[in-house]
Amino acid sequence: MTTDSGGERPTPALAGIRVCDLSGQLAGAGATRYLAAFGAEVIRVEDPTNKGGWDIIRGAPPFVDERRGIDMGGGFNNHNVGKWGVTLNLRTDEGKEMLAGLIRTSDVVTENFAAGVFARMGFSYDALCELRPDIIYVSNCGFGQTGPYREYKTWGPIVQACAGLTFDAALAGHEPAGWGFSYMDHMGANYMALAVLAAIVHRNRTGEGQWVDIACAETGATLTGTDILDFGVNQRPTRRPGSVDSNRSAHPAMAPHGIYPANGEDAWVAVACRDDADWAACRTVIAEEWAGAAQFAHLEGRLAQQDALDVQLAGWTCTRDRQQVAGLMVAAGVPAAAVALPEDRIDHDAVTADWGLWPTVHHSLMGDVRVEGLPVHLSRTDWAIDRGAPCLGEHNEKIFRGLLGLAAEELADLAERGVL
Amino acid sequence: MTTLPQPRPGPGPLFGLAVVELASEQAAWAGKLLADLGAEVTLVEPPGGHATRSIGPFVDDRPGPERSLWWWHHHTSKNGVVLDLDTGAGVELLGRLIARSDIVLEAEQPGHLAARGIDRNDSMVASPALIWVSVSPFGQEGPRAQDPVTDLTLMAGGGPVWNCGYDDHSLPPVRGLGGQAAHVAGVHAAMATLAAVVDRHSSGLGQHIDVNMHAALNVTTESGSYEWLVAEHTVQRQTGRHASVSPTSPTQVQAADGRYVTVGFPPRHARDYQAILDWMEELGLGSAFPDRVLLEMAVERGGVSIVELGQDPIVDQIWSAGRAAMAFIAAHVDARTCFDGFQQRGIVCGIVNAPEEVIADPHFVARGFPTPVDHDDLGRTVTYPGAPMLFSRSPWRIRSRAPHIGEHQSGLPGLLDASE
Repeated sequence: MTTDSGGERPTPALAGIRVCDLSGQLAGAGATRYLAAFGAEVIRVEDPTNKGGWDIIRGAPPFVDERRGIDMGGGFNNHNVGKWGVTLNLRTDEGKEMLAGLIRTSDVVTENFAAGVFARMGFSYDALCELRPDIIYVSNCGFGQTGPYREYKTWGPIVQACAGLTFDAALAGHEPAGWGFSYMDHMGANYMALAVLAAIVHRNRTGEGQWVDIACAETGATLTGTDILDFGVNQRPTRRPGSVDSNRSAHPAMAPHGIYPANGEDAWVAVACRDDADWAACRTVIAEEWAGAAQFAHLEGRLAQQDALDVQLAGWTCTRDRQQVAGLMVAAGVPAAAVALPEDRIDHDAVTADWGLWPTVHHSLMGDVRVEGLPVHLSRTDWAIDRGAPCLGEHNEKIFRGLLGLAAEELADLAERGVL
Repeated sequence: MTTLPQPRPGPGPLFGLAVVELASEQAAWAGKLLADLGAEVTLVEPPGGHATRSIGPFVDDRPGPERSLWWWHHHTSKNGVVLDLDTGAGVELLGRLIARSDIVLEAEQPGHLAARGIDRNDSMVASPALIWVSVSPFGQEGPRAQDPVTDLTLMAGGGPVWNCGYDDHSLPPVRGLGGQAAHVAGVHAAMATLAAVVDRHSSGLGQHIDVNMHAALNVTTESGSYEWLVAEHTVQRQTGRHASVSPTSPTQVQAADGRYVTVGFPPRHARDYQAILDWMEELGLGSAFPDRVLLEMAVERGGVSIVELGQDPIVDQIWSAGRAAMAFIAAHVDARTCFDGFQQRGIVCGIVNAPEEVIADPHFVARGFPTPVDHDDLGRTVTYPGAPMLFSRSPWRIRSRAPHIGEHQSGLPGLLDASE
């Protein structure tokens, strides 16, 4: 075992944890990616009969240099860095037996199939326990393994709509804008990683494994909690005219508080005055007569006149560069930010660059590709991301020889017969 | 029908871990996750209570430090003590509290604690197993470490806002409500904390964890980031669906009752098209849908496959007709009928619920998601959002309502008596 001394890299935080991973997309793959970054050995098991196509982003754009193929999906690479990849045809008895072999030697089993699918393959929680009594099993799907909607199909936007998150993202007087990405795939993955880690903590203390069932729609509903309490306590529904005006802030009450147009095409800047002192500083930056009006000096007045205030402020911001506005406001102590395009925050952002947020990995076919890092740094056993996602079945030999003791000839025969 | 193992009443998976949390807006969610998972969280506030107790809405709309629903939601299962960290005695007591804890969780402005004589490094030297978690907008170091922020400016500068909004780009992009910047950073803080706890099981050592909110949001935009990282493409926001490099067809439809549904991916299988035709017939709409013949064609040809899109003009027409047929039905039934009707026919569809509709939804109720919490002080039982994930052996649980100011001061005899 390595130690801190002598400049050696310490043993990774999750060294010795083996995850037999049948999950995919982002809601599942994002969880095991996190565990792999901290040193867990994640073995991703895919179906050779459809070339891993169950994970719809495996061969989906974006592509490096427009090179297409089932191993070339840019999103898939991002979500599966640091994992080992094997194939098993789970419609065959031999494939199932090999999966059972992997599970016997794993600490954790993860999957995000539709509800009930894994059990129908023969891998119910009880069956997993027979293979390994202290197994940690985490299942993750939109509505969970039980309840009236367990057969309902979902993907990120469906989950977000059903969970209340879509409703809570809108401008007043407009239909829901929702979330322009699968927010709940990210958060579902995060909670799935949290579930695995909490279950490991419990197992290390008690020796017990367990089953954790995640319904992403429930996870999402915890993220609108104050609205749910407001209804339960004050009988005030969110579904009422004007209640959702996302770029404003009712709690805590702030004004001005919005996303304002800046000079240029589709250029925007967010400004938030937390209190009267922020407004006084903001007013000084603006340095125009309207901003000095007595009616705006105090929060009550600004809230009462918020539409007029927003029109005036937009009139000031719209002739100016978004970065310049944000810079002036922040220098004056007022929270502000240009609405960042991907290019801004990935290629021209000192904070993300200094953080090392966009590491480069090596992928066997794609070559060197930048991916997302983690937003945390641990002082002793930090994460590391350097190996790209596995190509389909790329590590069959390494894993099946190393863990199951199969010989090269046996593997060739299994591949020949469509088991791998 | 799948049933989950009946959870045993008993401690959560983090039972036995002692956490000191310094009250804050940005680390409160991480603290709640740890507390509801069974850790013993001691929440430290200044005399008079922390400023976040003034965040509304309030019980019966009457402000007061014990009436903030934000405070209630974020501080379940925690114990509350008051320490005046502007005094030497308070600092000394905090040091003693830290010395007997496993984890410190704080979101103070970087450098602020050290300036008050609370030195993280000293604590960690004195307690080598201590895990100290710092949540901050831009990390503990760097040029922006002291910049002022709010949820809006973090979401705008960190990436999510660029993805969200409407097809009409004269409208500003949209920030989803709910305090999601702190939610994203909070779950990352909790995940990293547990990775460090698992590490400590083998190493016996703690460490410092630096959680960067800006970085957390940067890795929470799905293809917003990886389209740029892989191919330098920029996604563009669209109403109620994913931001995309190339425009996609609308998926959000207003149902006959004025509520919205999201119909997502058009059907592919012949059985789906037949189900749509049959449902139209049942609704008496059989002849009213103009492209009925295309649906019948889809049935006859055994469905359509995605790979045929763009290759065969008829397939493109069928694909569009499938989407139009779903929207057509949606516009003729109420949102609830639409959601259940499509899902029960095996076709994916979502309903845009308001948060209060989620907590009353039969599926969530059947799974036990609505969670009663006793507010003995007010003589009320209040329904909270429940478990974000179901543990079979060591259940997630709200053990108590959020603490009053100094409520558990006397519960730590010998440690805090001297503060009197």
